[in-house]
Amino acid sequence: MLRSSFVRPLHRFASLNKGYSFTAGQKLSYSVLANVQSAEASKTNVASKWASEDKFTSDMTFVQNIEPLKAYRVMDHTGTVLDKSHEPNITEDFAVNLYKKMSQLHTMDGILYEAQRQGRISFYMTHYGEEATMGTAAALNAEDMIFGQYRESFMLVYRGFTIDEFVNQCFSNELDYGRGRQMPIHYGTKKLAFQTISSPLGTQIPQAAGAAYAFKLAGKDACSICFFGEGAASEGDFHAGLNMAATLNSPTIFFCRNNGFAISTPSSEQYRGDGIASRGVGYGIDTIRVDGNDVWAVYNATKAAREIAVKEKRPILIESMTYRIGHHSTSDDSTKYRDRKEVEERAQFDNPITRFRRYLEQKQWWDQEQDDAWRKHIKKAVLQSFADAEKKKKPSLDYLFTDVYDEMTPNLIRQKQELDRLIKEYPEYYPTDDHAPSSSSS
Amino acid sequence: MLRTSSRRFTSLLQQHRFYAASTQPNDGIQQGVAHSKLLKRAPEEAFRTPELTRMSAINSETKKMNLFQAVNDAMSIAMTTDDTAVVFGEDVSFGGVFRATSGLVEKFGRDRVFNTPLTEQGIAGFAVGMASVGHTAIAEIQFADYIFPAFDQIVNEAAKFRYRSGNQFNVGGLTIRSPCSAVGHGGHYHSQSPEAFFAHCPGLKIVTPRSPIQAKGLLLASIRDRNPVIFFEPKCLYRAAVEEVPVEDYELPIGKAEVLKKGTDVTVVGYGSQIYALENAIQLAEKKMPGLSCELIDLRTILPWDVETVVESVNKTGRLVVAHEAPKTAGVGAEIASTVMENCFLRLEAPVERVCGWDTPFPLVFERFYMPSMIRCYDAIKNVVNY
Repeated sequence: MLRSSFVRPLHRFASLNKGYSFTAGQKLSYSVLANVQSAEASKTNVASKWASEDKFTSDMTFVQNIEPLKAYRVMDHTGTVLDKSHEPNITEDFAVNLYKKMSQLHTMDGILYEAQRQGRISFYMTHYGEEATMGTAAALNAEDMIFGQYRESFMLVYRGFTIDEFVNQCFSNELDYGRGRQMPIHYGTKKLAFQTISSPLGTQIPQAAGAAYAFKLAGKDACSICFFGEGAASEGDFHAGLNMAATLNSPTIFFCRNNGFAISTPSSEQYRGDGIASRGVGYGIDTIRVDGNDVWAVYNATKAAREIAVKEKRPILIESMTYRIGHHSTSDDSTKYRDRKEVEERAQFDNPITRFRRYLEQKQWWDQEQDDAWRKHIKKAVLQSFADAEKKKKPSLDYLFTDVYDEMTPNLIRQKQELDRLIKEYPEYYPTDDHAPSSSSS
Repeated sequence: MLRTSSRRFTSLLQQHRFYAASTQPNDGIQQGVAHSKLLKRAPEEAFRTPELTRMSAINSETKKMNLFQAVNDAMSIAMTTDDTAVVFGEDVSFGGVFRATSGLVEKFGRDRVFNTPLTEQGIAGFAVGMASVGHTAIAEIQFADYIFPAFDQIVNEAAKFRYRSGNQFNVGGLTIRSPCSAVGHGGHYHSQSPEAFFAHCPGLKIVTPRSPIQAKGLLLASIRDRNPVIFFEPKCLYRAAVEEVPVEDYELPIGKAEVLKKGTDVTVVGYGSQIYALENAIQLAEKKMPGLSCELIDLRTILPWDVETVVESVNKTGRLVVAHEAPKTAGVGAEIASTVMENCFLRLEAPVERVCGWDTPFPLVFERFYMPSMIRCYDAIKNVVNY
């Protein structure tokens, strides 16, 4: 009984795999109808479960554990594809673009991290070790709505958020779309369908389920994708979001970045079960665990997940196993709670960018010279953005009071007038020169 | 969490009428919703406020409705006029434990009117998500007492959504409806009035109706307002408050108080079901103190509240009594009292009186002694007048 309930979703996935182009040598046998029927059949089974005699046993067995799920992998550390039938059918341009975006993120992270150390921006979070998660971006459509946690700049990089746009947000200058209201790295952009990041963990999980439900009602061929860490998965909103998406059939891809740490808390103190993936099965959600340092594994799994979500209108859970090489944030020194050596080893021997580069080198699509030139180009662009961003004014003080509501309330108008008066009376205590002029200037 | 079926509440309500008088009121005042002069019992009365007079010229048809029927009517109109509008929550698809959603599944289908798993943070989060992509989400929290698991989604997410994104995203299409307040025997977790917790949160609007006409007009306005709104429905009025409600699609303004009775000597402010206790207290006070003239104001919107109307009234009367069921300390009354103090200092002739629930959890058998009842409100009016 235990084994069978565990195996069912895996089996479903195995049969799905056959239908996708990346599984070469197999005829396209995946059909929506067949799968819907099997999903319907399994629903009926669940409903009639306790009416049927064969669901009882005289064996008194406490279920203790199930066999750990293995992580799906396409290429090994050396960038060598393990099973050619799983190599995605992509062009050189596609692969090189993906690599360039990954190394762009890595280079940007390096400079912005240093900028924080020098006190030029107040806060930063890097993506070191998790760059391969960019494979998700390549597998989605432009209108698929992204709900992130905070370590998902790869989505923005891939969709074309410019270096200027990143830097302006981190500097909270007048060009920041968020109008200087949130901490650095809390990006958001409507034009790239990337919901603004907020600090409270896990809150985006039921939101992503709701947004996807709206897409379904509107008849859109779009899904939502929701990123969160394995720490955030301990929040109540994880439970709420997955259960709601499952029962209400929301086309949502839940993507867990399991990087081993939630700030200082190792995953051994976060959960006792088989990671996050084992929970998906409990909610009746088709689930897969992937090697999060393998960009093609991430890409293949997301592509298949998207197709199921959008065509069959139901959620999918992907758990991506990776390692947080960087500190949690610029406010954290991770050597206080983990061995520096372990981090160095992971960075050296299981690095997602290195692995992908080896793949490209084997194909002769990329070499050291190109790599140096590209990184130099990015570095120059980031530094140029820096120089520009630092010269910009902070947002106008009007933006302190607007957007609380669609229109300013009488109360807020009075409070703004009060601040205007204070600024006039105590100009030496309220430096306004750094800010763009107010439209209603007093 | 215990969810007591409403059948018990509502049937008891009908038998007892919580505010209804005992057989022989010793002061001659017929207390309660059943005897309220504020409810519009004749069709032509329904339009007798400046906000609705213009409407009667177009269509003056009315229908007798209680409060849950008026709420139901509002949602039905909202869903008819907006294809993206959905209604969901715990047990809403069979009609809701208070019958507020009855018939909606039949009209609009199971995709637009649906049950959710039993998770308040999930309901609120799901609603935020739908609204964030431009849809209209009308979510129900079964009792206001159970809104607290959703506090994070409401306060940290919904309320800040527009501000934090620089107005790129908003959840203006979000409305959370929830039955609130005392019901005679609701104990700790079927009686609470949590409005003050939310009144401290910029970005939200909080609305509460006192009657069916208001429930329909304010709920339609809340659903269509481009900000997240929490709509608290006093559950003791669901069946007890009955009036002639315009059948047309209409809205009542959010952020505007309503002066229910003009007066010159003391301003009396409340909202929701408390209005009926205040109505009776004023009757008693004006009877016992001949010549006394009280002004009664229904706040209707708790956030952002109508400072102007209240301040104008107190500047005229020089005295203020505020009443609500929720506990006194840091309640909505405190906000009103201090704002009036700031704006009417030279006009005040007596300290502002707050008549509220005591600073205890809402008790079961002591409800009669806990409530800011007619007699406590009367006592406060007497105090400010005699100061």
